Amino acid sequence: MSITRRKFLGWLGAASLGTTLGTTAHAASNKEFKGYPESRGVLFDNTRCIGCRKCEQGCNKVNELPAPDRPFDELSVLETKRRTTAKAYTVVNRYEKVSSPKAPVYSKIQCNHCLEPACASACFVRAFSKTEIGAVTYDESVCVGCRYCMIACPFEIPTYEYDKAFTPRVMKCTMCHPRVIKGLLPGCVEACPTEALTYGKRDDLLRIGGERIRKFPERYVNHIYGENEMGGTSWLYLSGVPFGEVGMREDLGITPAPKLTSGALSGVPMVVGLWPVLLTGVYAINKRKERIEREEKQLAVADALEKARAEAESKLAEAMEQAKKEKEAAIEKAVNTAMEEAAKAQTEETADAPTEEAAKNAGEEDA
Amino acid sequence: MEGTIHTLQEYMFRTETITYILIVIALFAITFFWKFLNGRDDEE
Amino acid sequence: MSDEASTTKSYLTPFNIIAGIIVIIGLFITALRFTKGLGAVTNLSDNNPWGIWIGFDLLVGVALAAGGYVTSAAVYIFGMKRYHSAVRPAILTGFLGYALVVVALNYDVGRPWRLPFPFIVQQGTTSLLFEVAACVALYLTVLFIEFTPAAMEWLGLKRARNIVVKLTLLLTIFGVILSTLHQSSLGALFLIAPSKLHPLWYSPYLPVFFFVSSIIAGLSMVIFESTLSHRYFADKMDEAHLKEKDDIALGFGKAASLVLAGYFIIKVIGISEGNNWHLLGTSYGLWFLVELFGFVALPCFLYAVGVREKKLKLIKWTAVLTVLGIIVNRFNICLVAFNWHLPSSERYFPHWMEIGISVFLVTAGLIAFRFIVTRMPILYAHPDYPEEH
Ligand code: SF4
Ligand code: SF4
Ligand code: SF4
Repeated sequence: MSITRRKFLGWLGAASLGTTLGTTAHAASNKEFKGYPESRGVLFDNTRCIGCRKCEQGCNKVNELPAPDRPFDELSVLETKRRTTAKAYTVVNRYEKVSSPKAPVYSKIQCNHCLEPACASACFVRAFSKTEIGAVTYDESVCVGCRYCMIACPFEIPTYEYDKAFTPRVMKCTMCHPRVIKGLLPGCVEACPTEALTYGKRDDLLRIGGERIRKFPERYVNHIYGENEMGGTSWLYLSGVPFGEVGMREDLGITPAPKLTSGALSGVPMVVGLWPVLLTGVYAINKRKERIEREEKQLAVADALEKARAEAESKLAEAMEQAKKEKEAAIEKAVNTAMEEAAKAQTEETADAPTEEAAKNAGEEDA
Repeated sequence: MEGTIHTLQEYMFRTETITYILIVIALFAITFFWKFLNGRDDEE
Repeated sequence: MSDEASTTKSYLTPFNIIAGIIVIIGLFITALRFTKGLGAVTNLSDNNPWGIWIGFDLLVGVALAAGGYVTSAAVYIFGMKRYHSAVRPAILTGFLGYALVVVALNYDVGRPWRLPFPFIVQQGTTSLLFEVAACVALYLTVLFIEFTPAAMEWLGLKRARNIVVKLTLLLTIFGVILSTLHQSSLGALFLIAPSKLHPLWYSPYLPVFFFVSSIIAGLSMVIFESTLSHRYFADKMDEAHLKEKDDIALGFGKAASLVLAGYFIIKVIGISEGNNWHLLGTSYGLWFLVELFGFVALPCFLYAVGVREKKLKLIKWTAVLTVLGIIVNRFNICLVAFNWHLPSSERYFPHWMEIGISVFLVTAGLIAFRFIVTRMPILYAHPDYPEEH
């Protein structure tokens, strides 16, 4: 199914919005996901584990991992706490300091095949997928090697081939996916001599675990680790001592990993949707402010010009008035002078005239 | 089973993929819308 | 270095000698990295898959390259045209910063040739790293386009240059969106690991913290970088740059002070929301307080004093302190407070060759910066293209 879905949801496939949305309706109506119903898992019961490391050996063999530095039957290896490595998908640790006379207690670690894997949520090329049958598988052919999956995994499981220059891979337990689909048991389960490991449907395993606790309440802590941790895991654990004492973190909570980032992811479209509105808005406001400023400035300039012009005009008019007045005055003055002169001349003439007339008269008389 | 979503991871993958497609469309759309909105002003 | 003009005669300046040595060592480590694998040159382990190539080169690099979007947004969107002369240097620094981030990622990821896979092969859309990768790739492109006018003016490609300049507003808005997204998503990367990051640093607000502090980083880097440019490339600066320089320090200092104040408030609210008061008394708590008071509250106050009293020197030194504070914060989240639950023997400390590569990349950035500002119109307006507002 995952393959058809993958094809179905490539960039192009996902464009068929209707179909995609349609399929979500069924399971997503209440957005509660219960995981694949047929999902398998393994139940590890540490009260049955004798720390023989046969499971490590079985794992190493079926996965064709390189030979270990020290052989599997050397139990002194258990003296130091170990974690999974690129050469060991699973390791068993011994815990001496526990709060009961049952010491030592052994604990086996490997990928828990989470129902909501943090590694899958974190991988930006979807190299991990939770399969229907339960395993969380890794696709080496797309892995970029960013190692964000290792940051994300709360159980500190994925490892990296740091020593390879060209083909480094993330290495982790596959729950023997290739074997399981062929109907075989996972390597570790097959190798375990004490039935500390039980393979089966996760639902059944939960029931079996619950029964064991009910039947032997003094033997077990009343908790199946993995039932709800980080949204639940396919590997489940029963313990005779508090889980914290055998190196299993009890503070992980029950929030499935994808939930942890869903808030941040849902912020993304809000930023994309609203930032342009906000930013262009601010831009438009500033532009408008600038325009108004510019216009006001222009207006002010025009005003000033107008004023200056008016002033100049009035000055001119005044000046002209003045000039006119001056001119008029000048004319008047000239006229006055002229008239005065004329008057003067007349008086002089009148004074002279009798003589002339007399002379004329005299001349006529003479004639 | 085909078509049913069993895990939150799968569900989020689908919704997020669609969201990303919408984001790309939205970015183009808002650009053109801005041009349309201011088209007349710019002509002046 | 200040005798820039004389380098044309003699290449044996102290800067060139030191840079040359660093480059040679860097190339040597590069060869080792790509032939022998990550294990040969790093102290990375299964418990500590991310070292300083992520903590410094990616997280710090991206934060400190925020000057590009902060400045262009201030000038082109918020209309602070007085700071126009700061845009080009900031864009150039941003572009070089992001380019180096991408180069550094090629060192860090196991199979760098597959870096385009998230886009072309399978999209891991639930991953915040997908978002970071998409935004960084797009933003690098945006910064490149924003930078091209300077190169085109230098090369005399008038028409192409004018087309790009017309896109300024669009590019600026895109830049701000993309920066908001990936600056915050870098913080959100750690949201998936509440069990590994110390509760004082882990907060659902991580994306907001990262975004807000990137603004602070951007503002401070512009001040810092303009101080350095003025010191070493004063002969390249035109009147507008020289005149606006102090104005920029005052304006950006004021803005940084204000944003720092807001950042301080939300950081304190972060403690309260996580109900982590009781952790302040632990040794991690003390270190948290050092970060909060020494690298947030103190620069906030110093900037404020510097701006009020117009003490440019104080502002410049505060910018250095703030940048250091950003580095401290990113290191805390990625390295110091990450995996805090592990015994010290399983903790990470960088290999000298990891540091070598980081130093090498920063040096490469400086060389590229110098190459460009001594040739292209970054610190001055090209005479053929007087500043158009
Ligand atoms: S235990 Fe870790 S590696 Fe395994 S599925 Fe869960 S998150 Fe992934
Ligand atoms: S290292 Fe590989 S598998 Fe892990 S997140 Fe990166 S790309 Fe995915
Ligand atoms: S093989 Fe079984 S008994 Fe032996 S260490 Fe593994 S889980 Fe325990």
